[in-house]
Amino acid sequence: MGVVEIIGWAIIVVGIAFLFLGSLGLYRMPDVYSRMQTATKSVTFGAMGTIFGVGLVHPEWFWKTLIIAVFIAISNPISSHALARGSYKVGLRPFTLEDDMDALDGVEDKSEDNE
Amino acid sequence: MILYILIVLGLAILFVVYRGVVGPTPSDRIVALDNITTITTAGLVLLGLFFERYIYIDVALIYGVLSFIGVLTLARYLEGGL
Repeated sequence: MGVVEIIGWAIIVVGIAFLFLGSLGLYRMPDVYSRMQTATKSVTFGAMGTIFGVGLVHPEWFWKTLIIAVFIAISNPISSHALARGSYKVGLRPFTLEDDMDALDGVEDKSEDNE
Repeated sequence: MILYILIVLGLAILFVVYRGVVGPTPSDRIVALDNITTITTAGLVLLGLFFERYIYIDVALIYGVLSFIGVLTLARYLEGGL
C-alpha cells in the first residue's frame, strides 16, 4: 500500500465523518435555514472528500472522480440557494429570539417572474 | 474496512430519512431529499470501489446531474413559478 493510497483512505474517512455529522445536524437543528446550512456545507464537503479519496485510492479513476467532485461543488450550493429563496418566498422565517434580524423584511421583490 | 464505512453511510441516511418523514414543512422534506441524493452519489462511488467496477462511477455522475435537476425543479415548484 503506497503513500497516495493511505492519503486517499484518510480523505475517505474524513469525508464520511463530515457526511455523518451533516446528517446528524439535519436531524438536530431547530429551523429550516440552519438545516439547509448543514445540508449545504458539511454534506457537500463530505461528498467531495469521499469521491476525491476514491480517486486517490484508484489512480485510473482519478479524472472522472475529479469531475464528479467539481460538479457537486458547483451544483449543491445552487440547489440549496434556490431552496432557501423558495422557502423565504413561501413565508418561512428564520428562527430568531428577537424579530429584528430579517434583512429582507419590507424589500420589494424585483425579479421579472413575479406576478 | 469499506463495509464499516458503508454502514456509517447507511446510518447517516437513516437520520436524513427521519427528517424527510417527520419534517414539519415541505422545505424540510426537499432539503432531506437533496441530502439523500448527495449521500447516495458518494455511496455509489464507494460501491464502485467495493466491487471494483468502473461503471458505478458513470452511474454516480448521471445520478448527480439528474438529482440536481430534480431538486432545482422542486425548489421552483415550491416558489410558485413553475
